[in-house]
Amino acid sequence: MSPVASQTGLAFALFSILLVPFTIAGLALINTGLVRSRNAAHVMMSSLCIVSVAAGAYFVCGFAFQGFAGGPSYTLRLGGTEWNWLADRPLFWRGLDWNGSPAALAAWMQMLAAGLAASIPLGAAAERWRLSAMCASSAILAGWIYPFFAHWAWGGGWLASLGVNYGLGHGFVDAGGSSTIQALGGLTALSMAWILGPRRGKYTHEGMPTAIPGHNAVFVLLGCLLAWVGWVGLNAAGAILLSGIDPRQIGLVAVNTTFAAGAAASAAAVVTNVRFGRPDASLSANGWVGGLAAGSAACAFVPPAAAILIGLVAGIAIPLAIENLELRLGIDDPGGAISVHAVGGSWGILAVGLFGRFPAPVLNTADALAGRGTLGDEGQWLAQLIGLATLLGLVLPLVYGVNWVLNRLMPQRVALEGERQGLDLHELGAGAYPEFLTHTDEFLQR
Amino acid sequence: MKIAGFLLLVAGWLLVLAALVLLHASGPRALFTLAGVAVELLALGLVFRAHRIRRGGPL
Repeated sequence: MSPVASQTGLAFALFSILLVPFTIAGLALINTGLVRSRNAAHVMMSSLCIVSVAAGAYFVCGFAFQGFAGGPSYTLRLGGTEWNWLADRPLFWRGLDWNGSPAALAAWMQMLAAGLAASIPLGAAAERWRLSAMCASSAILAGWIYPFFAHWAWGGGWLASLGVNYGLGHGFVDAGGSSTIQALGGLTALSMAWILGPRRGKYTHEGMPTAIPGHNAVFVLLGCLLAWVGWVGLNAAGAILLSGIDPRQIGLVAVNTTFAAGAAASAAAVVTNVRFGRPDASLSANGWVGGLAAGSAACAFVPPAAAILIGLVAGIAIPLAIENLELRLGIDDPGGAISVHAVGGSWGILAVGLFGRFPAPVLNTADALAGRGTLGDEGQWLAQLIGLATLLGLVLPLVYGVNWVLNRLMPQRVALEGERQGLDLHELGAGAYPEFLTHTDEFLQR
Repeated sequence: MKIAGFLLLVAGWLLVLAALVLLHASGPRALFTLAGVAVELLALGLVFRAHRIRRGGPL
């Protein structure tokens, strides 16, 4: 059982979880606004399909693999220490007590979090990812890969136990999902961008990138505001249910989430103003979401000033990362998902080690379960670094390998004609904006 | 080069795990963990490069 089992805590968590779907809706709007009009309906439809498939996969086996801290699990004895590597729960959510137990609330929240993580790669793979292959890829991510890592970080697994087992601070700490949701989703986005390759016409024969602007900046900015509301709920629910914070600290979580986003968007606006002479709306929006992603892990464990600093660093790093990925590394990422979620999330993980402070009532779930009380903060940075190293060294090759195999069995990229025509017509049979005229020069080979 | 890059990524992670299991003093453990992360970053560079070349030469 989580140390947070009070009725107040559960009520706060319940209300917070109700806000989480706004995160998914916000991301869907952002991704839709950042693609061309001929792919708009496809992106929105894809978001719905991803969430549906991810929820189903998480219901079938995801929660069985992820579990909840304190539940039954498979352990491996290595170097005289028990390594908790996988939960041992029944499939199909059997055995969950739906009478307001923390485990049942966590299962619900995690189902939404798995859907969110699976939605992130769409930003990088939009305008060329087949719907059926996308559903298969999302099912694997939500039903298998996400639960593994989430168990390690949130389910009392070996990363969460680094404090108890190896004296590394409180173990790997991530209150709102900078690692489990954001970095994991961002690294999957990177894998998909590699496997699918750039959109047709994105690069000239000389390898120079061309601008393919999105079709609706208003969608993008409205999506940012919706995502903010959802993110407050996501961070609050995660902090209460999975990190065991006192529910009275929910105000700090909300303030830190807002400050991180605001500082990142402001920094991104300044960076783009310096680089291009005007603040860029889409890059500032990417900064906003990147600030949310970066601020998630530490939202309950840092003072507001540190949250602003976390957001500022994210807001400077993300536009530069987007530019370098496109110009120097040849990666076509229409929604900026790799920079926003992988770079932002990774920075958020490290920021816990740099700025995190853990007063007595705030316990990592694994510490509390082990009856160790409050552990010291010493070595916290190393625990965070090990979590990041696991994402890069294990999760990235795993995600790439699985999607590479899937691509062999079931090609993930649409046919050339579909890309030219637009995925709305090619895959859905109708466009999002039937009254629009199509500009034929967009079909010219560049 | 792509496969080598991914294998090197896993090798870097194994180095991090080995540091955790085999070393008990905090200094050497932190040093070896950093070395593991450095290997991962090099590997990531290799994978990025492999994908760039696969797309048809330097950009």
